[in-house]
Amino acid sequence: MRSFRAFLLKEFYHIFRDRRTAAILFGMPLIQLLLFGFAIRNEIEEVKLGIYDQSHDVVTKEITDKLVSSGYFLVTQALHTQAEIERAFSVGTITEAIVFEPGFAARLQREGKADVQVITDGSNPNVSRIITGYTASVLREYRNDSAKMAAGGVVGVEAVPLMMFNPALKSVYLFVPGLMALILMLVSALMTSISITREKETGTMELLLVSSLRPVQIIVGKVVPYLLLSFVNVVTVVALASLVFGVPCRGSLLLLMLESLLFITTALSLGIFISSITSSQQVAMMISLAGLLLPTILLSGFIFPVASMPLPLRLISNLIPAKWYLIIVRGIMLKGTTFSYIWKESLILLMMTLTLIAASIKKFSVRLQ
Amino acid sequence: MSETVIHTEKLSKRFGDFVAVDALSFSVRGGEIFGFLGANGAGKTTAIRMLTGLLAPTSGSATVAGFDLYTSSEQIKRNIGYMSQRFSLYDDLTVRENIRFFAGIYGLSGKVIKEKTSSLLETLGLVEVADARLASLPLGWKQKLAFSVAILHEPKIVFLDEPTGGVDPVTRRRFWDMIYEASERGLTIFVTTHYMDEAEYCDRLCIMVNGRAAVLDTPEAMKRHYGAESMNEVFLHLARGKQAE
Amino acid sequence: MKEALLAEGVGKRFGAVNALQDITFAVGEGELFGIIGADGAGKTTLFRILTTLLLPDEGSAEVLGLDVERSWREIRRRIGYMPGRFSLYPDLSVEENLRFFATVFGTTVEKNYELIREIYSQLEPFKTRRAGKLSGGMKQKLALSCALVHRPALLFLDEPTTGVDAVSRSEFWQMLRRLKEQGITILVSTPYMDEAGLCDRIAFMQEGGVLAIDSPAGITALFGKQLFAIRHTQTWQLITALRSSPNASSVYAFGSAVHYTDKRSALRADELLADLQAKGFEGAEVRQIEPGIEDTFMALMEKRTEAAHE
Repeated sequence: MRSFRAFLLKEFYHIFRDRRTAAILFGMPLIQLLLFGFAIRNEIEEVKLGIYDQSHDVVTKEITDKLVSSGYFLVTQALHTQAEIERAFSVGTITEAIVFEPGFAARLQREGKADVQVITDGSNPNVSRIITGYTASVLREYRNDSAKMAAGGVVGVEAVPLMMFNPALKSVYLFVPGLMALILMLVSALMTSISITREKETGTMELLLVSSLRPVQIIVGKVVPYLLLSFVNVVTVVALASLVFGVPCRGSLLLLMLESLLFITTALSLGIFISSITSSQQVAMMISLAGLLLPTILLSGFIFPVASMPLPLRLISNLIPAKWYLIIVRGIMLKGTTFSYIWKESLILLMMTLTLIAASIKKFSVRLQ
Repeated sequence: MSETVIHTEKLSKRFGDFVAVDALSFSVRGGEIFGFLGANGAGKTTAIRMLTGLLAPTSGSATVAGFDLYTSSEQIKRNIGYMSQRFSLYDDLTVRENIRFFAGIYGLSGKVIKEKTSSLLETLGLVEVADARLASLPLGWKQKLAFSVAILHEPKIVFLDEPTGGVDPVTRRRFWDMIYEASERGLTIFVTTHYMDEAEYCDRLCIMVNGRAAVLDTPEAMKRHYGAESMNEVFLHLARGKQAE
Repeated sequence: MKEALLAEGVGKRFGAVNALQDITFAVGEGELFGIIGADGAGKTTLFRILTTLLLPDEGSAEVLGLDVERSWREIRRRIGYMPGRFSLYPDLSVEENLRFFATVFGTTVEKNYELIREIYSQLEPFKTRRAGKLSGGMKQKLALSCALVHRPALLFLDEPTTGVDAVSRSEFWQMLRRLKEQGITILVSTPYMDEAGLCDRIAFMQEGGVLAIDSPAGITALFGKQLFAIRHTQTWQLITALRSSPNASSVYAFGSAVHYTDKRSALRADELLADLQAKGFEGAEVRQIEPGIEDTFMALMEKRTEAAHE
């Protein structure tokens, strides 16, 4: 036990004396949260709108007012010809153009429908899609209002979208769980795998093996410090998310922490497994980055929804621990889910952990290769 | 008396408060085998880095191969060769590829490279293994090749930084045979070593202690001066004496 | 004398490379035993097998009477090992490194301070300094202190003096002699021939095999030829001239002299001198000398190379 304590102490010395790593470990969660929270967002405000109104009637005027008052749009230019639209896009004075056909109000009166053309800049598809969505929802709203008035209370069936749990569609809600997964993966798997392979590289592993420390003590001694560090980071991220961005935790905080601990353990066992099959820091880092970090960002559903991936990637995503953790965290934080709804995901994580640990123990050698 | 190829005048290098090399002054003549000895941390490596243009001196002056250390470090690099025990050649390239690569980085033309490659393979007796990976060759052959490659661009001086560390005694002597031959052809050799018997093979020696040149003379004169049997005794006497101060 | 270490027919391959073949030797209790050989001779592989870090492919070995394959855990508790590279934690201080290794071996620095006092006392003024910032000689002393702190019965030192300057090397060997006096068996490897003479017995290793095992005096007795030391101011000219002679057997530079053996037997120094003077080497000096360890090693190496070529 005394030698195990000495080992732990040494690990903490390593972590705190390597200032760059310590800075990354503790600074990274903060910086990433702020980055994702403030800079990288999906909301778009003040869409620069050009209006080509060939009708100039009451209705087109009303719709334009409605768009402006929604707060998302800013009419920057009134357009007068088709050619002008193209020019305005290429110069960049507008990001969206709306074209009302001639005789708009009259046609609407006569046939019950009229055409509005929404033109966006397709070179940035994400922005395009989002602002088209905004425009459509404003138009739909206008139609509903006017239909109500016209029909004198007879309302047609209309789907009214409501974004549950995140009514304002704030992207930071989406990012916080993903960020937690990412940070835990990075700190736990990457740092453990590097710290074990470093001892192999410098030759100190030889000395540790020759000492009376047992392999279990070496492994646990490497795991415990990073488990603590990761846990500190989880608490930081959850606290910051709630204090700075107002992300709520609707479910049980205790459950969230327990599930996070489970995920940390999964990540740590991944790190140990990586270090048991590599012998240099470089290789360990490459495997961790290419094999863990990128899939965690790209395939877990953090940024791109899993459901919209092609089948092969969807299958692969099942192997990514972060995918399951994301489902769990989103459930607890945003939906207030209880354990009975996420036990399956938790069980998957547990199974992954056990498999990895078993594989590592099989691979960890009490001798050199 | 042949020309002077290295000349330093109170050459110094400081790292913060630490004086790594302290007012080093010496000259090396063309064709000389000049040994540079010293305990670990005596300033050998720093001095070599300055002389090879890798590190700017803090003060003092020096010319190497006739070029000023401060203003012409690029010309110096082109006129010297360098070989160390740690880095010499690429293990995953073949013998021929190694020669071609190093000839290439010194800017030799394609035709010259071809000629040099075949003549070098011939003289070193490596024709049969020209297309074998370097990793598969015995250490002695690698060393010969490393030395030949370091002087492929016909420099005036070659710096050898502990070229024989960890090598068996026979291979070590074969390597010195090459050094002698090159020196006979007029190449100036600047060599560091931990083997004191190798110190005796040098024409003149400079022993560094705590950043300063403690003595600079021929091995014979040093032994006479200290009444010592071997260079090992001289070295221990000097390095110990200074440590006690 | 009881044996502290026994290797019998130990062999190890790495893929196609035969790293060790048929290594057989024994080290007596309290002996200072040297393994002498160049880089790549197989010294480190042999040490790793004896410290139970590698399994031999062939043969068997016993350390302190325990089998290296079966009783590795017990062996590891009782030996001290200093690997070839500097293998301490550069970001921990001198004192932290020592305390760490003491605790990891289940002891304390205080308990065994007497054993390491002489070595460690030289480091104590710098005990708060990070190990990575020490000079080569100091690192080596710290590594030795760490390997000794649990009072091992058998100490394995893999090239402790490589890359270390002559002063630190000679100090290091004085320390080893004193450790031996305290009854610790020491197995040390080195590429430096001049260190071989400081061991009780030595084994020459070359290309994974043992060339000879004996005491330094016994080793030089294997030379079996007349050896001459020849001196002249023009050393290189002397070497080339001697080599071109049909009678020459071996010609090697040796410090300020040239060591020479001849194909003829019962040759006299003055005959040789006359030959040289006839060739224009006025003022040459010829003496018949006793062969040293390095002379013997080279002779054995050449014999092996010749045998391999035949």
